[in-house]
Amino acid sequence: MSAHATSTYVPKSRIAKWFESRLPLVGLVHGSFIAYPVPRNLNYFWTFGAILSAFLGIQIVTGVWLAMHYEPSAGAAFESVEHIMRDVNYGWLLRYAHANGASMFFLAVYVHIFRALYYGSYKAPREVLYLLGVIIYLLMMATAFLGYTLPWGQMSFWGATVITNILAAIPVVGDSIQSLLWGGYSVGNPTINRFFSLHYLLPWMIAGVVVLHVWALHVTGQNNPAGIPIKSSKDAVPFTPYATVKDAFATVAFMIIFAWFVFYQPNYLGHADNYVPANASVTPAHIVPEWYFLPFYAILRAVPDKLGGVILMFGAVIILAFAPWLDTSRVRSTNYRPVYKVFFWVFVVNAILLGWLGAKPPEGGYVIVGRICTVYYFAHFLLVMPLCGLFETPKALPGSILETVTGPGQTGWDGRQGGQPQDPDKGIPDWAMPDAVKRS
Amino acid sequence: MMRYPSLIAVGLLSVVGVGQASAEEHGHNPPRQKWSFAGVFGKFDEAQLQRGFQVYKEVCSNCHSMKLVRFRNLAEEGGPGFSKEQVKALAETYQVKEENDKGEVVDRPGRAADGFPPMYPNEKAAAAAHGGKAPPDFSVLAKARTYERGFPAFVFDALPLTGYSEQGVDYIHALLNGYGDAPEGKEVPDGTYYNKYYPQGQVIAMPPPLSDGAVTYPKNDKGEPVAPETTDQYAKDVAAFMAWAAEPHMMARKALGFQVILFLILLSGLLYYVKKQIWKPLGGEVHGLQPELHKTF
Repeated sequence: MSAHATSTYVPKSRIAKWFESRLPLVGLVHGSFIAYPVPRNLNYFWTFGAILSAFLGIQIVTGVWLAMHYEPSAGAAFESVEHIMRDVNYGWLLRYAHANGASMFFLAVYVHIFRALYYGSYKAPREVLYLLGVIIYLLMMATAFLGYTLPWGQMSFWGATVITNILAAIPVVGDSIQSLLWGGYSVGNPTINRFFSLHYLLPWMIAGVVVLHVWALHVTGQNNPAGIPIKSSKDAVPFTPYATVKDAFATVAFMIIFAWFVFYQPNYLGHADNYVPANASVTPAHIVPEWYFLPFYAILRAVPDKLGGVILMFGAVIILAFAPWLDTSRVRSTNYRPVYKVFFWVFVVNAILLGWLGAKPPEGGYVIVGRICTVYYFAHFLLVMPLCGLFETPKALPGSILETVTGPGQTGWDGRQGGQPQDPDKGIPDWAMPDAVKRS
Repeated sequence: MMRYPSLIAVGLLSVVGVGQASAEEHGHNPPRQKWSFAGVFGKFDEAQLQRGFQVYKEVCSNCHSMKLVRFRNLAEEGGPGFSKEQVKALAETYQVKEENDKGEVVDRPGRAADGFPPMYPNEKAAAAAHGGKAPPDFSVLAKARTYERGFPAFVFDALPLTGYSEQGVDYIHALLNGYGDAPEGKEVPDGTYYNKYYPQGQVIAMPPPLSDGAVTYPKNDKGEPVAPETTDQYAKDVAAFMAWAAEPHMMARKALGFQVILFLILLSGLLYYVKKQIWKPLGGEVHGLQPELHKTF
């Protein structure tokens, strides 16, 4: 398997040879983004890694520029954000791109997580790859929460207050964590200062874990919709140009959605109350987090006990990390799991429902439905995943990735495409295949 | 596989029923107005912004500050379209506090670069003069107010063609027209007023600020006012002005957005074609979706 990581790069010029023998950086990039064998049956769900990388870049670039104009203090933050919106050249664009970029980042990461869960990408041998992804997701959540407090509007302030109060519920160390985050006796000036510092720090940690995530990916190779490994060169295509151009297309297409929100619905995904300056003596009617936290917020409020709510809320994220060991199925892709497929879609609907409930006041019927949805969320991981794999009879897997493309009965590449005669020369050229795959 | 989308719909609809009861308690939904600045090609109406500014200056600014807007903004592109001379003259009618070389606070005539001088020296003074709560600042108020749209309206609000982002402006217009007699049994404490669009119990501390004929609009060639001198028209004009004050670069944003999105559509079209060409030798479009899944997506 580790053969995937080897490079076929051969430096040509003397300078390139000199450099490569001292630091094989070009070979690393070549092996990861040019010669890297990609299963040829990938669908567009597999383009979200590229989309997410693009958004990490957008967030960092816009964020660095915003930081040049932003003042992290309780007295000046709100007005400095408005200064960016009004007086900084294209400041409105920077800020709206950054705020909506965060939402798009989460939209893309949820599609990415959906993909991983549906196609069983977390299963052996990709557990570490998947765990690194869960860590990135956690870091993203922390970064987004910290960032949302920075405009110092009412939702910023009260969101920070609610979340830091939640952390105080942790036994033994809770109070210390809370004081450490507050930097005082309540959310105030020291809080916004340290939140800004941490908000600037965490994205670089995300970038670091992303490097590990990509590294792990290139050791194990990509999963694919069939969930079966690459068995021969006929199952794969080289990353460049095939995946590169597909990723480029998908990324630009996704940017259309992003641009729509930035230019025409810039405040749709935010909350009107955050245009009211923070006020410690006025509590908003409903304290609601950003949309991407709503399912977890619903889980928090579904539990009558504070500590219990905190445990379940964090548990709802942490439990993702156990998926590789909770899922007992031998088959990766849900396409071949008729029973699990039904449960999986119920899980997706349940998660969306939780998100909707998170935006509703915690009263009456909402609480009851919220509790049912919370129980189901955990039941999916703790009951459905282990039991389904044991009792379900999966459908027959295709013999090879190629077979899923050309249709059953085609067990090997013979220059024929779906039964249609085709010029053999138009098949995947041998030079395009990396040695790693040729050898296997 | 078609049963899953319908399952989603049934699931969501069954929960919507739970939410109906609480809608009445949070005030009535403002009636939706036609705004020249709504939509992809929306533009502010200069004449309307000028009238709105007049309403703000003559009525609202007696209580409400607008700290983040500067006089010069009134002459900037995409705004009410006042000339620089008009703005300079306007600024000079205000007195602005400034520290002189001796450290004394003195008054001087306003300049275009100054912000609108607030009515009260600070928020506490404003609160003390208004029964304990300062009237909200106008700078971003049009973005700071909204009303709940509910499912499924909120989904359509995000989309092209059915997009809607003027909730705050509609709310302001409705609030200014929302005064009236309280329904029977509704208790309205002294010093407060019944307003059916005010979300917190429909009882508001602000007295009705506008009345027909309260502001005299400039006259046209025939000697008639340029717009009806009615509460409804005042409310529309000042709400439009507040929309501009909250988002002074909105027209630049929408214009740039059109170019950006057009470019992205063209670029993605080209990339799609290139992708097709590159993948053609492999037998064209290759996707590993199962036939049955095709119907779902």
